[in-house]
Amino acid sequence: MSCAGAGALGGGGAGKTVTVAIVSNSQMQDAIKLVPEFEKTHPGVNVRFVSLSENQARAKITASVATGGNEFDVVMISNYETPQWAADGWLVNLQPYADKTPGYDPQDFLPKVRDALSYQGNLYSVPFYGESSFLAYRKDLFQQAGLTMPDHPTWMQVRDFAAKLANKKTGMSGICLRGLPGWGEVMAPLDTVINTFGGSWYDMNWNAQLNSPATSQAVDFYVNLVRDYGEPGPAVSSFGECATLMGQGNVAMWYDATSVVTALEDPSQSKVVGKIGYVPAPVEKTAHSGWLYTWSLAIPKTSENKQEAWDFMSWMTSKDYMHLVGTKLGWGHVPPGSRASTYQIPEYQQAAAAYLQPTLDAMNNADEEHPTAMPVPYTGIQFVSIPEFQDMGTRVSQQISAAIAGQTSVKDALDESQKYAQTVGDTYKGVSK
Amino acid sequence: MTTTIEAATVPKRAAKRPEHGPGSKADGWSRRLPLLPALVFTFIITQLPFVVTIYYSLESWNLVRPGSRHFVGLSNYAQVFTDSQFRQVTLNTVVLTVGSVLIAVALGLLLALMLNRAFPGRGVVRTLLITPFLITPVAAALLWKTTLLDPTYGLVNFILRPFGAGQTDWISSFPLTAVMMAIVWQWTPFMMLLILAGLQSQPDDVLEAAGVDGASSFAIFREITIPHLRRFIELGIVLGTIYLINVFDQIYMMTQGGPGIASSNLPFYIYQRAFLGFDVGQSAAMGVVVAILTTIVSTFALRLIFRTFSGNEASA
Amino acid sequence: MSTSTTAPAGPSAAAQHDEPRRKKGSAGRVIMAIVSWVVGIVFFFPVLWMVLTAFKQEADAYTDPPKLFFAPTLEQFKEVLSAGAGPALLNSLFATVMSTILVLLLAIPAAFAVSLRPVAKTRDVLFFFISTKMLPVVAAIVPIYVVVNEIHAVDNIWTLVVLYTAMNLPIAVWMMRSFFLEVPGALLEAASIDGASISRTMREVVLPVVSPGIAATALICVIFAWNEFFIAVNLTAAQAGTVPVFLVGFITSEGLYFAKLCAAATLAALPVVIAGWVAQNKLVQGLSFGAVK
Repeated sequence: MSCAGAGALGGGGAGKTVTVAIVSNSQMQDAIKLVPEFEKTHPGVNVRFVSLSENQARAKITASVATGGNEFDVVMISNYETPQWAADGWLVNLQPYADKTPGYDPQDFLPKVRDALSYQGNLYSVPFYGESSFLAYRKDLFQQAGLTMPDHPTWMQVRDFAAKLANKKTGMSGICLRGLPGWGEVMAPLDTVINTFGGSWYDMNWNAQLNSPATSQAVDFYVNLVRDYGEPGPAVSSFGECATLMGQGNVAMWYDATSVVTALEDPSQSKVVGKIGYVPAPVEKTAHSGWLYTWSLAIPKTSENKQEAWDFMSWMTSKDYMHLVGTKLGWGHVPPGSRASTYQIPEYQQAAAAYLQPTLDAMNNADEEHPTAMPVPYTGIQFVSIPEFQDMGTRVSQQISAAIAGQTSVKDALDESQKYAQTVGDTYKGVSK
Repeated sequence: MTTTIEAATVPKRAAKRPEHGPGSKADGWSRRLPLLPALVFTFIITQLPFVVTIYYSLESWNLVRPGSRHFVGLSNYAQVFTDSQFRQVTLNTVVLTVGSVLIAVALGLLLALMLNRAFPGRGVVRTLLITPFLITPVAAALLWKTTLLDPTYGLVNFILRPFGAGQTDWISSFPLTAVMMAIVWQWTPFMMLLILAGLQSQPDDVLEAAGVDGASSFAIFREITIPHLRRFIELGIVLGTIYLINVFDQIYMMTQGGPGIASSNLPFYIYQRAFLGFDVGQSAAMGVVVAILTTIVSTFALRLIFRTFSGNEASA
Repeated sequence: MSTSTTAPAGPSAAAQHDEPRRKKGSAGRVIMAIVSWVVGIVFFFPVLWMVLTAFKQEADAYTDPPKLFFAPTLEQFKEVLSAGAGPALLNSLFATVMSTILVLLLAIPAAFAVSLRPVAKTRDVLFFFISTKMLPVVAAIVPIYVVVNEIHAVDNIWTLVVLYTAMNLPIAVWMMRSFFLEVPGALLEAASIDGASISRTMREVVLPVVSPGIAATALICVIFAWNEFFIAVNLTAAQAGTVPVFLVGFITSEGLYFAKLCAAATLAALPVVIAGWVAQNKLVQGLSFGAVK
């Protein structure tokens, strides 16, 4: 390519270049900072990053991989994409690479995470970071109000707490919940609520269940909870808004990813460090309800630098990397939820004392295979593992978000959602699981 | 009054079109030649993808369901026309485009009139006023979403709170309005500049003559300034419409089209079909429909406005 | 011109004589000056706030009530620069300058052809140009991506140069045509009697007259090219990413990075803001071309 040189205006150099597409979360930013350490030990390899917000990254990576674009050697995807893309033949089987690499120890990955990233028993992406969901609450506020958070709260209890702690005058919200449209936004916590209320997306025959009594009850509960006792502007709130509100001391409880700790336990961002307690995701009809999500790294089949790509990603997901982050950037920066050994590091245990056990418990209890009270034909907790889910989930989320904003009723929103879901479900009828 | 202006301008216009020699073939080509590079370039870069889009629109092709690609004829179009959301989104597009353009032009006119008067620090004020137009739209949208319109930390609510109205959650309660605010903030300066340019190009002698005649300021404004500005205002409307009909950044950054589809416009909706649903066939069909619709609408709009421009060209 | 202030004064104003009228005018002028300043500051305030926030610590960026006074820090700018703002700025600069040059090279002859020496169907040609701006880019982005990928030009800065040229060309032709229409016919006639070639007529007669218009057009092209986001985000990866793409890369789903975002936004906007400030006279002059020449 004659123009290739001009394409690299920002510099460049000899050797092979590995291009990595990642989602711009703080742990990934840390990895970018530490890359010189990798390049020191791998002099022939240049690593370049494309760092994008979650929605943008997902759209771009999917379009690129699906059309056989070859601009990326390593892509950051999740446990939603990995099994599907492995089945489509778009990803390189990483099992042989992982087995061959001395000291990499793929058995050390948390079992639920490893399963979620495997297809037919082979790893197709390797976890960088994993999360479940749990409930964060202000211990000091509960004490002041004479309330006690149970070790395993139910959603009904949580609502009662929220009602007691919400105070319009002082600007205190009882609870913060996501309401922003997007299948990875409002739908993530809401799906776990639907599951534990006994609802689901489909029954065993792929009949959509979005306006079934159980699902309706769950959505009704969620929407009213956030409307009555939730944060201001819930229909546009997501992780970031809730992190800000709770970090600034304006929220008493927050149900979200276990990664909330990065925002809440960092003194440079949060005014409530040390005042937060963590309990498992609230339940109703199931024993556990937390979700399972991981950001993981995979190599598209089209990559021309597979070995170098693996060299880099095995470095970024290795045991040594955890120590590197811990010593260079601080132990609070260590990416959680990927390796069991991380939780054995004494320094990490100390730094993460406030949330280490709740996080690990949540990770180990998240069950992608049996997410709901009743059997379903799909896997996935906060998603349905079919390619249409991104679009369907987003359309449904828009309806829910409109209900949260008060622009439509929950019933109308769900009736509309049911139509989308049934259209998709019909294409799976008669197809065995 | 009107006659004076025409008397002043008509000879100039008439002189502008000298009669060139009879159009021989060679002469025609020598006249067309300078046009060709731009024409060919634009044709290749913009029309070829459009042809491919038409081709895709006849296929059922979901990017994330490999092996699903096959020819389906017009069924994607049938779906577009029965999609109630598509109609809602079309309406949003019209409201957003027309609303933003008209408000920006009206505000721009006021600001231009304000700046056309001499006062201390006029240059500085003009500099302050044009800045929003220069800000990257992605950044501007973020600025509006977070620092200005956030229900808790936003400056707008902070200012409104003493008046007892600071609890509004702008972006979810009035999503289209919120997007429009950000757009108007950026486009008002452009309209202002254009109209200001128009004001400053008013022939001084005509204005003076009118003043000596004893015409009131308001009469001068109505009879001379507004007709003179018409061309500039129309240019502003055309340029604004062309850009804002395809506005994407603000919606993408501020509301993601929500809540529901309350603030989705056609480009954003097509984007979602293409990059969320990965339904290439259907998004292509929507794109073709939108292209046809906008071409029809703009043909009418442009013909109307072209009248003023063609006034320069053919008549007079 | 004192249109708007005296107008509300109503019928009595007409009866008044010179002296009181001037007094009233000066009082009105002071009020108008104050109003103008207030309006200017209100319009500018969001930008000012963005810049202020860029100098804050994250914890100060989001407070209720908003903080006007704080201990400024350069930390956010340092982080933004270390995250690779340099290459993004270079890419944007290259794409912007190259595409603007190409636009001018293509648009000046074209505008000349459709204005000063119109042939039949000029109007259709103009309409064709403008109609390409009406096609939604989103609809064509998948085909464009597929084609660009096919010729291995994804993540190549020249791809952006070509697309930005196509994006700005119609507007440039359109704007410049109206400037060219202002060229006095007598000048052209004289040149054509002299037997000057088209290119010489262009160079020696037309260009000097329309140069403020060209400057205004170029500035508009620069602004749109620098700020373009959608095409860039879909067709670049690690190497050719431009400033708006870089900026969006700072949005995390984790929140509380607003100060850093403002620092990135400030850096992103700065070059074009400065260019616009410096060239604003040219812009007004160019746009008002007819009378100021």
